[in-house]
Order: sequence, then C-alpha cells, then structure tokens
Amino acid sequence: MIPPMERPDFQISLIDAAQRVTIKGAMTLPHATTTEADFQTIATDRDVHLDLSGVTRFDTSAAWIIASLDARLKDAGQTLEINGTSEEIKSLLRSVTAAMPTPTVVEQPKMTFMDWVASIGQSMASAFMYLAELVGFLGLFLARLVRSLRHPKDFRLTALFHHCEEVGLKAVPIVALMAFLIGVVLAFQGSTQLKQFGAEVFVVDLIAISILRELGILLTSIIVAGRTASAFTAAIGSMKMREEIDAMASLGLDPAMMLFVPRILALVIMLPILGLIANVMGLLGGGLMAWIDLGISPALFMTRLVEGTDINHVIIGMVKAPVFALIIGVVGCHAGMQVKSNAESLGRMTSSAVVAAIFAVIVADALFSIFFAGIGM
Amino acid sequence: MNQPNDTDREVVISIRGLRNQFGSQVVHDNLDLDIYRGEIIGIVGGSGTGKSVLLRTIAGLNRPKAGSVEVLGIDVLNAHQDGRADAGVNWGVMFQDGALFSSLTVRENVEVPMRTVDGLDPQLRRALADLKISMAGLPYFAGDKYPSELSGGMRKRAGLARALALDPQIVFLDEPTAGLDPIGAADFDQLILGLSRSLGLTVFLVTHDLDTLHAICDRIAVLAEKRVLVTGTMQDMLTVDHPWVHEYFHGVRARAALDTKAAASGPTKD
Repeated sequence: MIPPMERPDFQISLIDAAQRVTIKGAMTLPHATTTEADFQTIATDRDVHLDLSGVTRFDTSAAWIIASLDARLKDAGQTLEINGTSEEIKSLLRSVTAAMPTPTVVEQPKMTFMDWVASIGQSMASAFMYLAELVGFLGLFLARLVRSLRHPKDFRLTALFHHCEEVGLKAVPIVALMAFLIGVVLAFQGSTQLKQFGAEVFVVDLIAISILRELGILLTSIIVAGRTASAFTAAIGSMKMREEIDAMASLGLDPAMMLFVPRILALVIMLPILGLIANVMGLLGGGLMAWIDLGISPALFMTRLVEGTDINHVIIGMVKAPVFALIIGVVGCHAGMQVKSNAESLGRMTSSAVVAAIFAVIVADALFSIFFAGIGM
Repeated sequence: MNQPNDTDREVVISIRGLRNQFGSQVVHDNLDLDIYRGEIIGIVGGSGTGKSVLLRTIAGLNRPKAGSVEVLGIDVLNAHQDGRADAGVNWGVMFQDGALFSSLTVRENVEVPMRTVDGLDPQLRRALADLKISMAGLPYFAGDKYPSELSGGMRKRAGLARALALDPQIVFLDEPTAGLDPIGAADFDQLILGLSRSLGLTVFLVTHDLDTLHAICDRIAVLAEKRVLVTGTMQDMLTVDHPWVHEYFHGVRARAALDTKAAASGPTKD
C-alpha cells in the first residue's frame, strides 16, 4: 500500500486574461484522481499560468495530468506556462510529454449471424480434422510396428520394457485397489436389493457379469487414461518444447520409432494384464463382501461363478483391452506432438489429452456394447 | 563522467556482511556493497557467482543467512511488508523474460501494481498504464496484446513498464539485454539510460553485456570470490589486477565493445 498523504492544495485565481493555478503539496499517485478532477475544472478558454513552486513531490502521474492539460489547452488554442519547477520536474515533464500515448482506436468487427454459422462449421471441421489426425497417428504407429518386424534392429526393446514397467507394473496397486473396492460396492449394493426377493445367490452373477464384461476393463482403462495419457503427453510434449524432437529428426532418428512405438506397444501389452488383475481383484472383493454380508461361502461363490457365468463375458471384456490401449496411447502421443514452444500449451494439452482419452474410451465401450449385442453375445 | 565523492552522495542501498548459502554451497560470504542515488550500477561476475541471487536478496525475494540489507534507511530483512510500504520504499523488478502475467493483457499487467493504490480512478489508471507502456517504448496497440503475442524484446519492455508502474525510486533489472539482437539491445540500453535520468531512478542491473556496461553504467561492481571484489567506473576496471577481472575487461569481446564506444563518442572522451 502507498501511504496516505495530505492531498495537494489546489487554487485557481484569475489574473488579467489568464488563470493562475497554484498547487502545493505532494502531487503523487494516491491523490492523482482528485488532482485530475481539479485540473478538469480549469477552463480552456484562456491561458494558464501554473505555479508548481510549492510542490514537494512529483511523479509521472502528475506529469501526465499536466501534459494532458497542456494538450487540452493546445487544442483550444491557449498556452500553458509553468513556473517554479525544479530541473528534475522539468526533465520528467519533458519525457512524459514526449511519450504521451496517442490512442489508436481499432474497430472491433461485429459478429454477424454468418460469422456464427461459420464458427460452428469451423469447430465441426476441426473436430473431424482431429479425428483424421488420430487415425493418421494410428496408421503411423502400425506402419512403424510392421517396419520394426522387418528391421528388428531399429526396435527399442529397452524402452519397451521401461514403458511396460511405467504403465503396467507401477499401475498395479492402484488398479487392484480400485477393482477390489468396486467388487465390494457391487456385492454390497446388489445384496441389499436382491435380499428383497430372496435371490441373494444371484449377487454372484451380478458381480461376475458386471466386472468381467464391463467394469473391470473400463475402469482400468479410465485410470490408465488418467495416469498414462497425461504422462505420454507430458513426456513427448516437453521434448517437443525443448526441440528435442527436431534434434532427433536432424540426427536421422525417427521420433515415431523412438518414442511412439515403445509407448503405445507397452500400453497394448500391459492394459490386458492390468484388466485381468482388475477382474481377479474385483471378484475377490465381491466374493469377500458376499461372504461377510450374505454368508455365501467362497466354495459356493466359486461353484456359482463357474456354473452361472458364461466364458463369453470374460472374452468380451478382454477383447476390448487392446483397443482401449491403442486409443489411450494414440491420443496421448498425438497430444504431446501438438505442444507448442510454451509451457501453457504443455499444461493445456496434458489435461485435454486425459479428457479426450477417457471420453474416447467410453465412446468405444458403448460401440462395443452395441456391436456385441448385435452379434448376440 | 564527473561525479562527486562517494561521501557526498546519498546511499540508497547498503549491504553489510551478507551471507547467502544453499545447502553447503556458499554463494556470498561477508559481502558489502553501497549503491548511491541516481546511479546505474552494473553487476558482473562469472556464472554461478550469485549475481541474480544478490538481486533477489535486495529485492526481498531471497532471505540471506546473515548480514543486513538497508534500502533507503529501512532494514528490509526485518521490516514488515506494510512497514516497508509506509516508509515509501518501493522498487520495481524486471525479470529476465519480463515475467508478465500470461492471463492478462500488457495494459492489465501494468495496472496490477496500481490497483494497490486506494481510490485511483479506473479510467485514470488505464491512462497512466498507457503512459508507462509508451514510456517503455512500446506502441499504443501493444497494451491490448497478451504477453504470448509479443516478441522477447517487447515482453522485456512491458516488464519494465510494469516495474515502473508505481514510480519506484529503484529498479532491479535482471539481464535486460539478454536474448536481444544488438540493435534491440542498444535501444534498450538507451531506454534505461533515458528513464533513469528523467525519472531520477537508481538502476541495479545484472548483466553480461559489455556494451551495456560501456554505454550506460556509471559504476560497475564485480562479484567474485563470494563478495564484491571491486567497484568503480569502466576506466577503473581496466586497471584492476585480478585474473578474472582482467580477462573479462581485456578479452576480445571487451576490446571490441571498447572500440565501438570509442568510435561512437570520439577520442576526446576521458
């Protein structure tokens, strides 16, 4: 805070054909508003003699006020005479007068109906472009994958193992815990509803089908999308930001081969494994809760599980995993390549990669449901 | 340059026995420095000698392990933030890349410090911000731009405009000409010199730019061996018998800068 000071004393008196304006005190920013209001009361129909000999402090705001008075008087054909100024005030006035900005008003174009329609069209077009780019990225990944089959020496096995550990092994605790709790919740909620019909034993079917067919792999994919898509974007994006990707290209190294193939492939390998772990943990949690809450013994649970649940549910669940992995990997790597040379775009792309990956996974899951319903599985 | 004796001049920044330490690495030890009103002092030193740390310490962004820093007679290390403001002690800092708030336009950036002034009319604040932007050598339309839309040189100027928003008595500039082309750097030097003289500013300048040192600095302080090794004018620097200082001011680049300066000002310059 700027300390409060006495507001400057302002007086206008008329002498002959001119006005004498006397100011005493500190002409500084805290009182600039009132000082400016005082100066606005000075009539511009005659010359002004400004006496600053009583001014104790003077800053650029004061210089601006005087310079704008000078401009107003000039417009009205009058002159401003300044007396009693020190050398410092004079030099400040000179440089402020020289720097007085001349506003250039830029006409803001008005938004018409056509502009609005055009902006909708543009956002639609960019959405399709985005989709096309993702497909292009998928194609690039597949092409490089085939290439690495023909030239195994180009393939970076160490990087693949590293990323398998990063996206797979390190995600096991969170995925396992999440699936276990989902199983517990399903058993608990299912049992309270099914008890009303005396159909407690069907809680096993409820848990098994929902976990194996849908929730196990879907929730795993959502967690992996949040964890890994952001990590891919951040890692590739920061390399893009520091021109490391350009450096690779200039050294004859293929960024797609070096960066995308190991990451996406690691995800394609690890996501089904994570999904399997989630399935087992989900059943474990559900079974435990069913035992505690409904008294369904583990042996009964196993029998009911094997008899009542079709193996198709497991297959349908696991088939989705590599597809979800491709989606997450491609979205994450693509977003990383969109990062510009500033830190804001890195943050923006990282969060948009997570949103896009989760959204795409859920859309794909819905399409799978329609497809499997269509073929009667 | 004809300057009065040191004893006649008002000391605005006084540093005594400063010690800065990060972990086991001692950056400054028993560092003393006086800075006088109205001068432009250039701080030079090799990489890692703590030039920026010194700037940050005086500007209150870094707390030293020991020592005292007095700015305009106020002990800034122990003064409360409000106490500092009440005493009218204010300073502006221009960071290397301007450090503008990226979500605000340049004009809004310059207005930020002015918002702390009670009862300042928004219209007037805007006009004053435009004035500062213009004084920093930016065109009027730059006020409506966001920092990301400006070039590096313009961002530095906008950072300077924000640093000058409250008419500080002291400004700290961290490598003001780093990353500018020679013409832009020379323009910036002249801008600093002009503002310093017309606003009566004391300028604390960290730089590597020998041209800047030649062109605008009244005094140079060399940081080496964890303290201020020597202070003095450019002429004094040329006679200092210390290997680093000698290398710095007698190297190929220094010679070139000196020649340019001599050619520009003519042989009569002292």
